[in-house]
Amino acid sequence: MTDTSGRVTACLPIRSDMDLAWVRQHVRQAAAQLGFGLVDQTKLVTAASELARNTLVHGGGGQVESTVLETGAARGLRLAFSDQGPGIPDIERALGDGYTSGGGLGLGLGGARRLVHEFSIDSRPGEGTAVTVICWTAGAPRPREESR
Amino acid sequence: MADHQTAVHQESSAQEVGDFLRRRREQIAQRWADEALFRTVFTVSRDEAVEAGRAVVEALAAVAVAGRVEDLGAAGFATVRDQLGRMAASRARTGATSARIADEVAALRPAASELLSADLADSPRELAEECAVTLTALLGTLRLVVLETALSAGQELIDRQRLQLLEVATPVIKLWTGVVAVPLIGTLDSARSQVVMESLLDAVVSQQARFAILDITGVPTVDSLVAQHLMKTVAAARLMGAECIVSGIRPAIAQTIVHLGIDLGTVVTRASLADALAYALHRQGIAVVDQDRSGPSAR
Amino acid sequence: MSAPIAGSSGTQVPVLKLGTVLLVTLQGDLYDEAAEQLQRNIGEAIAASSVTGVVIDISGVEIVDSFLGRVFAEVAAHAKLLAAQTVVAGMRPAVAITLVELGLTLPGLRTALNAEEAMRLLSPASTPLHHSPARQESP
Repeated sequence: MTDTSGRVTACLPIRSDMDLAWVRQHVRQAAAQLGFGLVDQTKLVTAASELARNTLVHGGGGQVESTVLETGAARGLRLAFSDQGPGIPDIERALGDGYTSGGGLGLGLGGARRLVHEFSIDSRPGEGTAVTVICWTAGAPRPREESR
Repeated sequence: MADHQTAVHQESSAQEVGDFLRRRREQIAQRWADEALFRTVFTVSRDEAVEAGRAVVEALAAVAVAGRVEDLGAAGFATVRDQLGRMAASRARTGATSARIADEVAALRPAASELLSADLADSPRELAEECAVTLTALLGTLRLVVLETALSAGQELIDRQRLQLLEVATPVIKLWTGVVAVPLIGTLDSARSQVVMESLLDAVVSQQARFAILDITGVPTVDSLVAQHLMKTVAAARLMGAECIVSGIRPAIAQTIVHLGIDLGTVVTRASLADALAYALHRQGIAVVDQDRSGPSAR
Repeated sequence: MSAPIAGSSGTQVPVLKLGTVLLVTLQGDLYDEAAEQLQRNIGEAIAASSVTGVVIDISGVEIVDSFLGRVFAEVAAHAKLLAAQTVVAGMRPAVAITLVELGLTLPGLRTALNAEEAMRLLSPASTPLHHSPARQESP
């Protein structure tokens, strides 16, 4: 992942489906403030919704920390989701389309990865899962552009 | 101690050169007006060239007096940066390369240094040499300033044009009530494909168009990334309740698509934009009648 | 921009019956629970009366994630079992682009530009588009 500096703008709990709505609203506002276009805002909010739901449904609840990044001319938003749930036994498989352990179409993780510019996941069985994503405003490097 | 001496020397020589430039401003400007750099830019009147030369000499004098002979960012240059940029741009327009422009700036030196050595003929030899070195350094800095200004102006132009190209190159046209089209021309990259997709889908909403045509007649090549963008646009249009037709797939591109193993099976394709429009009209139950055949000829 | 409008209990999405068509208009952000409640309500409404079509107007929806996408797909599948057609109408461009990127193309769903056209599509008297079923093919 790119540098770790930046200021944390919010830390939101993810304990219920009402919290999911708050996460979506917060991310929408933060992205709009940073100057993301409508399509990029929508992609980021959708990715946040998928990941927050994963945290709630599979991780048994947790939190998301949102950070505004500024490196030179580029500005971005980093969202770090974490839970203390059972963890994901096979991350590679979980990132593939169609994998699901709960309700849904099994597009959560892999789909969210396609909606953001940077994606990293760390999960240990029995200890929990941490997923971090970054989106940059247009004009910034897009390292994920070529793949897929 | 020795270092200190040198510094004092340099400072006094810079001061000396500054004084010289102010004193001889008129003569230097007159000579520069005949040099290629000024002569070819200010073709209308020689007075204009002289006037421009005066401003540059004045700026150099200010930089020298401030003791910042080798500083590109010296405040003195600020007043002529614009003018130098315009001159360099004007030379570049007539086909002069950066190296050529640099040479032309360098060619300003002899005129000034001849005057300087004449002025300092009676001064101590050491001071005269110091001053010659300082003047050379000063004009070297001027050369860098001109090049830097020209390059950054060029970069700005490129950035601006790239943005304009993105916007201008994707006009969405209403062909009929409920039918919109984008004729794509030139190479499609990822960023442009994104813009195309967004403006076409926006037009689908604003025109309430049931049919959206992507015409790729003017696209020289299609790689797998571009093909994927086309497929995504088709899929997104379908989600919105519109049907997307891809027209103008030339034989070479059709071959590439087959080679890449891309399945366009679910996409409606037509040979030309006209065929695509005919398809869209037919699907809406609209018939186009040839009046010449159905009734008496007008002619 | 739009605040969540559906409380965890209570506020329900209205399901309107127009002739033989159910019209459901979604607005703003929908809680998961409200979406599931809506799914049950639609199912009951179809079963209770002779409904031939369901129109879900999402022109006021800014976000469709895989959860809501699944709700649409299940409503359509359920309706089909009861011989009713489902049309999703008015999806915004940004939402459509995001869904495609997400990999959610909802192949089984019929779509329309707006609720009006969706109603026309479902009404038996409508003049269907020539060679019409092209839009329904699923890959």
